Amino acid sequence: MTDDATSRIDSTVKGNDVVLFMKGTPLFPQCGFSSRAVAILEHLGVAYESVDVLQDQGVRQGIKEYSDWPTIPQLYVKGEFVGGSDIMMEMYESGELGQLLKDQGVATAQ
Amino acid sequence: MPMAAEEIETMIRAAIPDAEIEITDLAGDGDHYAARVVSETFRGLPRVRQHQRVYAALEGRMGGVLHALQLTTACPQ
Repeated sequence: MTDDATSRIDSTVKGNDVVLFMKGTPLFPQCGFSSRAVAILEHLGVAYESVDVLQDQGVRQGIKEYSDWPTIPQLYVKGEFVGGSDIMMEMYESGELGQLLKDQGVATAQ
Repeated sequence: MPMAAEEIETMIRAAIPDAEIEITDLAGDGDHYAARVVSETFRGLPRVRQHQRVYAALEGRMGGVLHALQLTTACPQ
């Protein structure tokens, strides 16, 4: 991992309330798991920053080391790693994800 | 080269001996799995840490040869 990629990841994670690292874009996800993550955030009606890791090999590798998490997508809220799409789905279904966003002072539509 | 379900189960059991493991081959192609892992050793750990323990058991295969593993973790009821 280059220090450059790490610092770009770090500033994106810390500079935005909600960040989704994904394959593709919210409009054109390139992987089923990323697509699922986008759908969850859209359902919650939360504003989020997305990063397409397919556009940046340094970030694609670096993000896995940054969070010690081997897969993409990855969700961050207020600088903290929340999980991948399985954890997002579980937390969404149980209401925990909405609650976490609320507790962190992030506006949602619900 | 995809992984066989038995291989996934063996690796998880080696690292988490008390685990109750249920693996489903989602697409029948040996490449898209769902796994449910229940272990007393998960108690008190946040979900991210529980999943990280399973990923660690797979020794780097997750995200590599093993592309798709939908993971659910839990403690025994």
